[in-house]
Amino acid sequence: MKITQGTFSFLPDLTDEQITKQIQYCIDNDWAVGIEFTNDPHPRNTYWEMWDLPMFDIRDAAGILYELNACRKVYGDNHYIRLSAFDNTHGWESIKLSFIVNRPKVEDPGFRLVRQEVDGRSIRYTTQAYSTDKPSSERYRD
Amino acid sequence: MSEIKSFNLQKAFEASGVKEVLDELDRDLIGLLPVKTRIHETASLLLVNKAREELNLSKIQPSLHMSFTGNPGTGKTTVAMRMAKLLYRLGYVRKGHLVLVTRDDLVGQYIGHTAPKTKEILKKAMGGVLFIDEAYYLYRPENERDYGQEVIEILLQVMEDHRDDLVVILAGYADKMDKFFSSNPGFRSRVAHHIDFPDYSDDELFEIAIKMLKEQNYVLGDNAVTILKEYIAKRREQPHFANARSIRNGLDRAILRQANRLFNKGDVELNAKDLSEIDYEDFALSRVLKSKPPTQP
Repeated sequence: MKITQGTFSFLPDLTDEQITKQIQYCIDNDWAVGIEFTNDPHPRNTYWEMWDLPMFDIRDAAGILYELNACRKVYGDNHYIRLSAFDNTHGWESIKLSFIVNRPKVEDPGFRLVRQEVDGRSIRYTTQAYSTDKPSSERYRD
Repeated sequence: MSEIKSFNLQKAFEASGVKEVLDELDRDLIGLLPVKTRIHETASLLLVNKAREELNLSKIQPSLHMSFTGNPGTGKTTVAMRMAKLLYRLGYVRKGHLVLVTRDDLVGQYIGHTAPKTKEILKKAMGGVLFIDEAYYLYRPENERDYGQEVIEILLQVMEDHRDDLVVILAGYADKMDKFFSSNPGFRSRVAHHIDFPDYSDDELFEIAIKMLKEQNYVLGDNAVTILKEYIAKRREQPHFANARSIRNGLDRAILRQANRLFNKGDVELNAKDLSEIDYEDFALSRVLKSKPPTQP
């Protein structure tokens, strides 16, 4: 199952060339680009782990791509990696663009629907990622 | 896709705006003839290379890393800035900014600090030019555990793998740079262009002085011409002579003395000429003119 989170996620995966252009767009808008990764694909898992700090003061996308490749080397095989562009303009101070740039090498097993019976006949529904059934170090491995 | 069969160098030269940068270089920088010639040569080489690329004759990105050697104050940094602009106009770097660093900016204080610090700088420089002043300090053979070695390794790798992302310029004194290159053969083979900056002659320094004064809206009084020339000759004999930089400092002090002289005149009306003219007396009081040439120890 293909996880669809963030911008461009319904499109085919972006190539490095396309990623570079998106990064350059962010830099040209003075947004700070940060790299984040996770192996918990639940849609409500908002805070992913940060790879280093968000990158301010960078003029060219190559600098960010350099870090992204370093992150891919370590986490690329079994983690999702996304780029987030933070706009620090007063009043905004929030993420303006965020998109996935790396998916685990193995197919994502997807989500299960969990029904919880509460208060008589009422039912609460929630989703749970199959991948999180395993401990963090064993997810997305063959 | 239609194939381009010919390429007009002259048109490309003018369209790219390279001509402007080169003209500016010739006009703004006094002396430095060998440097200018080398830059002209490099520019034409790169332009021809672009033309060859258009006609599918070459696909290799030429190595553009350079080394600038010369004494202090000979214009290495100034030329590096022009170089960044030039490479940008020619389309060899994408942004054309210059990041100026020395050993301090690259080497960390503790074990494990160096790599992130160096990478941070490299990321900032990508798309532009990284200028490493006094690059030979990176290599300290007397200390085996010096972190400079780590910087060199990262730098060499990035210079190789990211050839089209950034251009590295290493700068420093000629003799120390020679030693640096001979003990780091990796650098020698990766640096394609070596440009040597000669010292300025007295006449050139005089011309530079006039130009510097003009930039700050000062003029040299007629009676001060000889003494400034004498000052330049004497300053050269002093230890730690740094070419144009010494002259700038000398002029700054002359301006200071001029202000003092005007102030001491007391209650008089001053016109624009009084306020902008540097006179004989402003140089005459200089420590440099009074001192004897230093005796060799």
